[in-house]
Amino acid sequence: MISMLRTIWLVFLHAFHKRITVQYPEQKPYLSPRYRGRIILSRDPDGGERCVACNLCAVACPVGCIALQATEDESGRRLPEFFRINFSRCIFCGYCEEACPTYAIQLTPDFEMGEFHRKNLVYEKPDLLINGPGKYPGYNYWRVAGAQIGGKGKGEAAHEAKPVDVRSLLP
Amino acid sequence: MTSPYPILSMVGIVIAALTVAAFLIWVERRLLALWQDRYGPNRVGPFGLLQVAADAIKMFMKEDWIPPFVDKPVFIVAPAIVFVTVLMSFAVIPFAPGIIVSDLNVGLLFFLAMSSLGVYSVVLAGWSSNNKYALVGGLRAAAQMLSYEVFMGLSLMGVVMIAGSFSLPVIVEAQRKVWFVISQFPGFVLFLIAGLAETRRIPFDLPEAESELVAGYHSEYSGMKFGMFFVGEYMGVTLISSMIAVLFFGGWLGPVLPGLVWFLIKTFFFISFFVLVRAALPRPRFDQLMSFGWKVMLPLALANLLVTGAVVLLWSNK
Repeated sequence: MISMLRTIWLVFLHAFHKRITVQYPEQKPYLSPRYRGRIILSRDPDGGERCVACNLCAVACPVGCIALQATEDESGRRLPEFFRINFSRCIFCGYCEEACPTYAIQLTPDFEMGEFHRKNLVYEKPDLLINGPGKYPGYNYWRVAGAQIGGKGKGEAAHEAKPVDVRSLLP
Repeated sequence: MTSPYPILSMVGIVIAALTVAAFLIWVERRLLALWQDRYGPNRVGPFGLLQVAADAIKMFMKEDWIPPFVDKPVFIVAPAIVFVTVLMSFAVIPFAPGIIVSDLNVGLLFFLAMSSLGVYSVVLAGWSSNNKYALVGGLRAAAQMLSYEVFMGLSLMGVVMIAGSFSLPVIVEAQRKVWFVISQFPGFVLFLIAGLAETRRIPFDLPEAESELVAGYHSEYSGMKFGMFFVGEYMGVTLISSMIAVLFFGGWLGPVLPGLVWFLIKTFFFISFFVLVRAALPRPRFDQLMSFGWKVMLPLALANLLVTGAVVLLWSNK
């Protein structure tokens, strides 16, 4: 009986507590930098597309909402010919970001992507590409990858030694 | 001491009761939110006040579905009974001197009779729904309300003994010197608990018990028929709160402010208390509820009756 009265009193005191509700449209909630929201494709610091169209994100995606096709530019650099994410399927699990070897695909703290028509939720490459490097400033995949592309020969990448001239190794 | 304008006060009280009951939907949700660190409905209109209108529109637009397996006439009449009985009880409540529909000399008995009749609506609704959950809800309602009715009546007899009348305005006038909540404190507590049980509010909402019985006796109801149960429940809360104000807290009596304002303040205080209890207390098991009613509350009510009777007798002999 006493405990019931105490309960009633304690609940009454909640009238003077701070409200927990976030009045959403006027008052935005804090989203952490690693919040898994709208997916973007980032660029490297030089402005080139990071995505190398390796299809790992499409494979990792549990709902299969990513579709892309690889192509190559004149310098031999791989990039997606088209890159399509169907956000009406996406569950924002972040597996694509985990799978990406070049930090190209990233999830951002933005969830306000409501649409009146479902087809508007299919984002194409121009909708996905952003101008900056996203969460990984300074990272440039092609500058650390050993591969030879136009304008960068073998051994010119960062932290990379020149290729050894096999003939000079003769005894 | 009947009203100088009987029709006016009749219409006024009916409209006021319905309006208050409708706004209680909003008040209860705001107050519950207040005690749960939330805001509650605050979007529709100023402070969310138009939520009532939005809810009413929604309720009227809903399909009023009568399932094919129900006992149709009883099913239709059940929600009306709860509405009518509660509204009838408002006839004997003195809001202020002169603002009363009918100053019955057995007003208190009329109130008790009407609140007993309210059980029928729940039982009939549960029975006619032809649904096991509704039936269990109806059975629980019958058992619960019958057993709480008993000491509800007994708890008020102390008040009647001291005031010497069943007429509610006379009871209010008898509290000029001291409110009955002081001289009849056990009676007040008993009546408060019985009132909670009579209105089927949350610690005693076993007939509904949405966690076990879907929605209990109104599982099969939809549209405005469901709305009638809802409004009936809120009117019941208003009714019990105003009865507490009249019987134990001196009704319209109070300094400075006019009588009607005092009455409304006291009633609103108890409505808020009902909501607070809902926010705070869990629902007991059914056997706990029954044994609490019969083994604790009924003996207490009888003891209170005996002691009050003895004191009144000694007082009058002196």
